[in-house]
Amino acid sequence: MNLALKDIRHGLFRFVLTCFGLGLLMTVVLAMIGIYNGLVSDALAVVKAPAADVWVVEAGTKGPFAEASSIPADTRDAVARMPGVAEAGAVNYQNVEAAHTGQTLRLYVIGYEPGRPGGPQAIAEGRGIGAGHFELVADRKTGLLPGETIRLGRDRFTVVGLVEGAMNSGGDPAVYVTLADAMALQTELDPAAQRVQTARGAVSVKSASVATIIARMSPGADVDLLTATVRQWKHLAAMTQVEQEELLLASVVDKARRQIGLFLGILLSVSAVVIALIIYTMTMEKLKQIATLKLIGAPDRTIIALIVQQALILGAAGWGIGLMLILTVKDYFPRRVVLEPFNVMVLAGIIAAVCLLSSALGVRAAMKVDPATALGS
Amino acid sequence: MALGDILIEVSNVAKHFGEGETRVDALRAVDLTVRAGEVIALLGPSGSGKTTLLNIIGCILAPSGGRVVLDGEPVFDGKWLRRDLRRLRLDKIGFIFQSHNLLPFLTAQENVAVVLDLAGRPTEEGRARARELLDYLEVGHRAMVKPALLSGGEAQRVAIARALANRPRIILADEPTAALDGARAGLVMDLMRKLAVEQEACIVTVTHDEKIFDRFDRLIYLRDGRLADA
Repeated sequence: MNLALKDIRHGLFRFVLTCFGLGLLMTVVLAMIGIYNGLVSDALAVVKAPAADVWVVEAGTKGPFAEASSIPADTRDAVARMPGVAEAGAVNYQNVEAAHTGQTLRLYVIGYEPGRPGGPQAIAEGRGIGAGHFELVADRKTGLLPGETIRLGRDRFTVVGLVEGAMNSGGDPAVYVTLADAMALQTELDPAAQRVQTARGAVSVKSASVATIIARMSPGADVDLLTATVRQWKHLAAMTQVEQEELLLASVVDKARRQIGLFLGILLSVSAVVIALIIYTMTMEKLKQIATLKLIGAPDRTIIALIVQQALILGAAGWGIGLMLILTVKDYFPRRVVLEPFNVMVLAGIIAAVCLLSSALGVRAAMKVDPATALGS
Repeated sequence: MALGDILIEVSNVAKHFGEGETRVDALRAVDLTVRAGEVIALLGPSGSGKTTLLNIIGCILAPSGGRVVLDGEPVFDGKWLRRDLRRLRLDKIGFIFQSHNLLPFLTAQENVAVVLDLAGRPTEEGRARARELLDYLEVGHRAMVKPALLSGGEAQRVAIARALANRPRIILADEPTAALDGARAGLVMDLMRKLAVEQEACIVTVTHDEKIFDRFDRLIYLRDGRLADA
């Protein structure tokens, strides 16, 4: 006879409500884990997208993500000619805000050279950029649809395709345009401002600089040799893909990551206290019944099983409800929520450990109960 | 095993609480023998030591001195002679409480069967024994009902069935009729007496209920921790 299940069934409504409350708490914990993962994943998405082996940036900077970097666009030809380089492409990055259907979209504009590294990896809908100007491929999260147009700077662009999972470390969805369009967007002034500059006799501020050169290596080529060679040019610096990813995590998202990590730790601590309190209260409410069980001869293992099983069922139900809820609502979060099976299983392990530890408090109280208290009242 | 066997033998049992100036002697050199088939009542004013004696016989409380033999087995002689006192209670002693103390999350039948379940008997055997006892105590029709829905008399009969489930030869009852009216209290006591004879068991009852005094074989008075047969 399983006393734990019988007791749960007896107060099912209350137990389900308790599980639901715990489930909501688990939803928040899972959401924080997902947001934490999403932050890292988003930050790395823009670095991983070009599938680069080497990033060539301005000397003395940690560009193009951690710091601004500006190098001559023709550096691409020099890099492409270096031993071991299979292909190279110049890329620009910038944030813009654009009005669209009455709303302001914050976009991460990536300018690349079609046919060279730096463009979108896979088109989810529509096609890639085919014309030299005024076409863009947008991340689905922008809300833009193929065929729509949007004004960026002084020009109107047509959306020709959609991609997924392309964004910067701040979560702003990316749009891909040609490098020429991106450079124009970066340097061309508003007509009124242009007129003022012309009246002052200023020359065009348009320059042929890009943020970075992305290089892909031939199979078996030595990446370290290439970076060492590039660094010999005093005006350039080079990083491997791994170094760029580490740099991004260490500088750009580190504070946010630690903040979320700390908040996650606090949430887990709160969850542990709440679980402990629930289990302890559930046990305290049963002390008379436990005394009766002891008096009629129930061994300690029966009483321990009653408490521990209920604690584990509570934890498992809370975890299950939390998982179900977060899977239902995760796509409605403003930032990406990425739940890895590993994280979910680790949380299950933590909850199980917390339940066992919490039930130890209840077990301790139950073991202290004098069976004589069942008599005479 | 037969009627007349000595089931409870308490010799020179004493119990005190505290030491020095705060010492309270709850029992002083108590001797008591109860035989199979006997139904006895422990009477006395509050603080006279009735519950202390009941707890000592029930192996819930260790005496400060003396010797206790239950169903022919010495269980205390200056110290407990068995470590597994709960198993001893499970095998030899049945308890009936003032407020039936049924487990609220179990049905009447499960409340009885749980004793056999704890004793490691097969589920089917527990179920059959529970049905048999509940039918015998005329609450079989309420077998699948939870305690909250039982009347006071029905709940007390289920509690008696639970006390008898494992066929103990010693039944200890603490104010078993306190929650019942006079007529029901008499019926419960008659039932307990009948069971004591049929199962060759003895029943030791702590009670203040004068309406049922005539149902006992012996009334034993406790005053200031000392025994006096009446």
